Order: sequence, then C-alpha cells, then structure tokens
Amino acid sequence: MSKLKINNLSCQRGYNLLFENLSFELNSGEVLKISGPNGSGKTSFMKILAGLHSYETGSVEYGDAKINSEKYNLDFLYQGHLSALSPELSCLENLKYIAQLGNNNHNLDFSDALKKVGLEKFENELVGKLSAGQKKRIALSLLFITQSKVWLLDEPFSALDSKAIKIIETRVEDHCNSGGICILTTHQECNIKNMKEISL
Amino acid sequence: MNIFVQTMTRDLKMALRNPSSFLNPLMFFVISISLFPIAISPESQTLSSIAPGIIWVITMLSVLLSLNSLFHYDHDSGVLEQMVISHHSLPLILLAKTSAHWILSGLPIIVLSPFLGMALFINTEGIYILILTLIIATPCLSLIGSIGASLVVGIKNSGMLLSLLILPLYIPILIFATSAVSQSQSNLPIDGQLYFLGFILILSLLVTPFLSALSLKISME
Repeated sequence: MSKLKINNLSCQRGYNLLFENLSFELNSGEVLKISGPNGSGKTSFMKILAGLHSYETGSVEYGDAKINSEKYNLDFLYQGHLSALSPELSCLENLKYIAQLGNNNHNLDFSDALKKVGLEKFENELVGKLSAGQKKRIALSLLFITQSKVWLLDEPFSALDSKAIKIIETRVEDHCNSGGICILTTHQECNIKNMKEISL
Repeated sequence: MNIFVQTMTRDLKMALRNPSSFLNPLMFFVISISLFPIAISPESQTLSSIAPGIIWVITMLSVLLSLNSLFHYDHDSGVLEQMVISHHSLPLILLAKTSAHWILSGLPIIVLSPFLGMALFINTEGIYILILTLIIATPCLSLIGSIGASLVVGIKNSGMLLSLLILPLYIPILIFATSAVSQSQSNLPIDGQLYFLGFILILSLLVTPFLSALSLKISME
C-alpha cells in the first residue's frame, strides 16, 4: 500500500515565500484537492512533488523511494499546465511517446484511451490542428493507460467542457477505488467522492 | 535503448514535417559560402587558401543557428518536463535528441561540402580531408552545443547568449580542422590534428550528455 507523506514543506521563489510548513498524509485510495488564489504556490507544489522544483525545508516521503529515483518517477504521473503534445505529431504518435516516457507497464491500447475521451476520429490528426480543449483531452487520455500510482494533475479541467470534466472525475474516482492516490489543483467545482481539500 | 531510438525517430519525424527548422540553417550554409568568391576574389589561388576556414566557420555558424530549436519547441510544449521526470535516463534521451540534430544539421553539410569545396578550388586531397574533419567534428558541434542549448532553454531570444557561451568552446575544433585541411592541400602530415579531433569527439560523447542533463535540470527550476 503506497503512502505519501509531506512534512513541513516550505517553498520560496525569488524573494517570495509561497508556502511554509505544509504537512499532510495521503494513503492509498485518497484524493486531495489543493485550492488557493493565483500565485499561492499550487503549481510550484505540484512541481516539487513531480521532482521538477526544489524546496527550502521539509521532506517528501513516498515509501523508501526518494524524489527523482527510478521507482519514484515510475509511480508518479505529472500533468502540468502544458499539454506535453507536439503539434507536428498526430494524437496517436504523441500519446505513444508520452506513454513511453512515463510508466512502462501500459495496457498499450491507445486507440481505446482516445475513444474514452471522445477523440476516436482524431487518432491520425495532427495535434497542431486541434482546439485547446481537444489537446487537453488527448493529454488526459493518458490517465486511461498509465499504471502510475500517484497522479499529480495541475488544473486538469481547464478548457474542458462539462462532459469531459465528468469523464475525468469518474476516471480519478476509479483510480482511487483501485488503490491509487490523486492530487489535483483546480479553481473549478469538482464532484469527486471522498475528496479531501487543503488551501494554500 | 528503446527510448533512444524512439526519441530520435520522433525528432526526425517532427523535423521532416516542419522542414524550415533544418532547411533554413542549411540554406544559410550554401548561400554564405557562395558569396565569398563574389566578395573576395574569384581567383583559384586566393580562394583555395582561405576555403577551409570559410567552410568551417560557416559550418559552425549554421550549426549554431539550428541549436536554438534543439530544446526550444519541447520546452514550450511541456514535453521537456516529461523527459526530465521520466524514469528513463535523461542523458540517453538528450543524446538521442542531439543525434537527431546532427543528422539534420551536420550530415547535410557533410554531403554538400565536396561540391562547395570544389567551387572554392580545394584540391581532391583537401576535399577528402575536409569531409573527414567534418565527419569527426560536426557531431562534436552538436554535442557541445547541446550544453549551451540546455542552459538557455527557458530564456526568450537567447541566440546571442548561446553564441557567446558556445563559440569559445568551438575554437579548438576550428583551429585543428582548418589546419588539417590546409596542411593536406600542401601534402603535409595531418595525423596530429585528426587525433586531436578524434579525442574531442570521444570526450564529447562521454561527457556532454551528462552535462546537458545537469544544465537542463538547473534551467527547469
């Protein structure tokens, strides 16, 4: 059973102290929503957990795995503001490459993942020709193939319509029901069952 | 090793679908070299003595032009973030990207160089050595350049900064490569220059992927 423990975490960017002494614990099956005004450090916190940013004080504990170790990177899936899609590649090509970079134990049914987010007709379409909402859907279709245990979703609902938001909420619930952990930041209302919430 | 092949294939595919990214530096290479006979002198003696220097300087500048795009697009799209936090080896991924960059920037220059060498009146022996120095040293240009490109990846309009960082590191390659071609035209031994270029290639292959990975992590902070 995986467990994520954050102890007295503080983060400073330049001369600005974004947050300090942030502590919480998440066990398998739990989902946490991080809220707060713009510039409060939500994205910085997510990037710290992903291993992209450093932090001033405190610690991040995930079993025996250290941040940026191979096991840690395998178990964590990070989806930031940027969709991580190349406009010159098709939806399928993008998805295959990003999946390859992430957790290797995929079901590898990329077409099915695109179908689940309503983009089955766009498999071979170049990403550069799609709308912002469709790009977001492709990025989030990775949630249907990854086997990472901890999901870090930064503003996953931005640019999505209500139908797509419902699909992603259901997927997050399914992931947590099967023992996963999810941390998400959003300014929007979301209806995920048993969701914890903290504010920065 | 799979990630190496996949990253290189992906970069080549992307470049072929957006050909201006690698054709522009190549056009710069051909046009710049073809201007020298007009500007200096069309005489064979004058041109053949300065041709190795012209070709090598323009090669460096055109590689430098293409270096900006090495990480820039992936940084803007967010793919670079995913590469940094991937469980795969970051130096291996960056080596794959640099190899794709060499195939798109260095390899076409090697193919074009005999024709441009002939246009600048380099003799047959000199052209063979020019090709040999380009084969050994253009990978070094991409590998060393990847360190600079990873350091300035988050900075807008970083072309000048990249030149200031990288050009001084290219100077030893320039000295030994041009000296090898010039001396071969006079039938002088060039073993020393070729050994030195070979040493830089091996050193670059062993060290630069790790330095690029380190620089990239610092830039992404």
